[in-house]
Amino acid sequence: MKRRDFIRNSAGLGVLSGALLSMGRFGDLMAAENYAMQLPYDFVAIKGGEAAAMFDKGIASLGGMKQFVKANQTVVIKPNIGWDSAPERAANTNPQLVGRIVEQCKMAGAKTVYVFDNTCAEESRCYKLSGIEEAVKKAGGTMVSGRSQSYYQDVTLPRGKKLKNARVHELILESDVFINVPTLKNHGGAALSVCMKNMMGIVWDREYWHGNDLHQCIADFAAYRKPDLNVVDAFRVLKRNGPRGVSVADVVTMKYQLIGKDMVALDTASAKVFGIEPAKVKHIGLAEQLGAGSSNIEAMKVNRITMGA
Amino acid sequence: MKQQHLKIIRVVISVCFLLLIAALFVDFRELIPTGWADPILFLQFVSSFIRFITVPVLAAAGFAVVLLLTALFGRVYCSVICPLGILQDVFSWIAKNTRLIKRYKFRKALNYLRYPLLALTVIFLLAGSIFALNLLDPYSIFGRIFSGIIRPGIIVANNGLAGLFEKFDIYFLYRLNLQLITWNTVLIPVITLALVVWLSLFFGRLYCNTICPVGTLLGLLSRVSLFRIKMDTATCTKCGKCSVTCKSTCINVKNLEVDSSRCVACYNCISVCPENSIKYERSMGIWKKPERGTDTSKRDFIGKTLLYGAALAGISRKSLSQEGTEIPPGNIPNKKNHPVSPPGSVSLKYFTDRCTACHLCVTVCPTSVLQPSFLEYGFLGMAQPHMAYDVEYCNFECTRCGEVCPTGAILPLTVEDKRLEQIGQVQFILEKCIVYTDNTACGSCSEHCPTQAVRMVPYDNGLTIPETDTEICIGCGACEYACPVKPHTAIFVDGNAVHQVAKAPHIEELEIEEQEEFPF
Repeated sequence: MKRRDFIRNSAGLGVLSGALLSMGRFGDLMAAENYAMQLPYDFVAIKGGEAAAMFDKGIASLGGMKQFVKANQTVVIKPNIGWDSAPERAANTNPQLVGRIVEQCKMAGAKTVYVFDNTCAEESRCYKLSGIEEAVKKAGGTMVSGRSQSYYQDVTLPRGKKLKNARVHELILESDVFINVPTLKNHGGAALSVCMKNMMGIVWDREYWHGNDLHQCIADFAAYRKPDLNVVDAFRVLKRNGPRGVSVADVVTMKYQLIGKDMVALDTASAKVFGIEPAKVKHIGLAEQLGAGSSNIEAMKVNRITMGA
Repeated sequence: MKQQHLKIIRVVISVCFLLLIAALFVDFRELIPTGWADPILFLQFVSSFIRFITVPVLAAAGFAVVLLLTALFGRVYCSVICPLGILQDVFSWIAKNTRLIKRYKFRKALNYLRYPLLALTVIFLLAGSIFALNLLDPYSIFGRIFSGIIRPGIIVANNGLAGLFEKFDIYFLYRLNLQLITWNTVLIPVITLALVVWLSLFFGRLYCNTICPVGTLLGLLSRVSLFRIKMDTATCTKCGKCSVTCKSTCINVKNLEVDSSRCVACYNCISVCPENSIKYERSMGIWKKPERGTDTSKRDFIGKTLLYGAALAGISRKSLSQEGTEIPPGNIPNKKNHPVSPPGSVSLKYFTDRCTACHLCVTVCPTSVLQPSFLEYGFLGMAQPHMAYDVEYCNFECTRCGEVCPTGAILPLTVEDKRLEQIGQVQFILEKCIVYTDNTACGSCSEHCPTQAVRMVPYDNGLTIPETDTEICIGCGACEYACPVKPHTAIFVDGNAVHQVAKAPHIEELEIEEQEEFPF
């Protein structure tokens, strides 16, 4: 072998490199005022349409998104993105719905719309497989991480019976508008997961809740922080094996949606949609006792909209 | 091309290898596809050898390529392929540029250390334990240092940077939780790193020529390699420049000799020789008689020991056992018979016999459930990764650890197989459950269970309580991780000594009741 051959041969190794970065968006930190609005209905119930279309109808009947989001405000949306499963499995909030809410917020003049969840499965997989990350980015929203404890700040819950302290995601504390977008589903421990149960995803130390009377903790937290708007996604409903589900066989397409400010009322109505006695979902009654809202939906002004055929 | 260029070629290739392998071990955002690990690590001697014994395929023949390279050109593995070797060159380079060390001086080989250490590694293998090899394999040492020390450092930097960007509303970086660094998992990497840094700062490649069994083994071959660095007795002026720059301290200017067993083919000497009288030369190789009468019996003994050792190591795997860990019953609140080894690792014995604890799986694990063990697999299994359900749980759809494992200790699984791969079984202790003790709702275990092997069934007072089905349990540890009863949970996974295939989850049709009107 010639010397130069040796050199040529020994140098025959490839070079590889990779670095991927995607840039986010800039924006200032400014707060605007939040108006207290008189809504035409206590809540709206829509059925029979696609998730995004039902939201458009429902929010329009409440006076439009401008009732809740003012120009230049920051909005944080908290869907259920707890699991790394596809929308068909109904463990997470419908991605089309989340995308449309982001769009509506942007159209109402929101400066930034943040979306996050403190997921149960690994976060990037949940964000991706749920379809929510893609939908939010397409709509001009910002996906934010909830995976590090450093994002959460200590708060005290003076009215809490069991839950006196919690660590809450900083965006919930800093944003002007907080929109809670749960998906209606069965829950092995809490019986049902709707608005109030979804709030567990904005806190860090939820294990404490499980270990210290889950229903009371859910109620305690509901009394601490009321979202500015709740949108219950019941387009696809996980009827059993919740909150994660095992397969699509656990899912029923119900094509429902509920929109309103009162979590207790929406959870009560959701229980009825699901087909379970609201009294069996203990945190509904406990939250009502703490003044978090009312379960007396018969006395409420409800707009019922039926779409399609 | 002149031989003076060899050095720069060596530097370029080695830097590429170092960066690529380092990138594999610090990638905390899954940017590098798992498929890249195989080609990047193809030439790592020990992992390739172990994999070849397990699965004798061409894709695992990297060690043979290294042997061939060594037989031809000497220890180029040590110079351009071994990440720990290259890392030491970085430290040596720093030492030289900071005038920490001005020159190297020829020193004799520490044969009384290097051969016994190689023999010890072989003896351990013969006895059926990979323990010594785990401690000494340079690639695995590098992996442990980067996975255990450098990676957390980079995550800290990332978190700082992410926090800064977030102030400007930029969210392409995100903060990560640092897994609690415990002394028992970083002890080994810290000690080895300290040793390597000290030796490389002051003594060049002394580590590689004294402690590293791979270096010693390849040294036996490089003594007789086809091309070797030689000094031209006719033109050499004995200026000593080559010897001063030799990291392996193997150039004896007095006798005009280069100790080929210690030369790592860095070519520093060639690039500094003003007379071009030290260079790569073709030797007669193994056919040429040594110039001086050398006692060959010693090298025969070592060579044969290695040969038989390597052969027997493969056989002994099957015969010798260190099945699981013997935990004295009653010493710990939850009686776990076995630790849990990662999915795809066949059995505890299969895994602990093959894993060199490089911690690449620990690095690529998206949930961090794979953690370096301490005594879970017993003393001799120290640092081999185990499923730490107190830290996290195994992702139902993830197969990354098996995709990257360079030794074949974790075999790759398809997602379909992974969903049924039972690495352990659920154990439920009713008397410890919150629902039983506190009479309050929980369901955290069932909530996380991907197969509903843990499901909530009606209990007193409108509550629900867990019920387990070990047949469909895959042992992912979600229930144990989520259980609020700490630290010794009410529900936990006991490892399977031999992994099993679980039954598929029960899927029943759902009865749908049509709702015509709003129910409120």
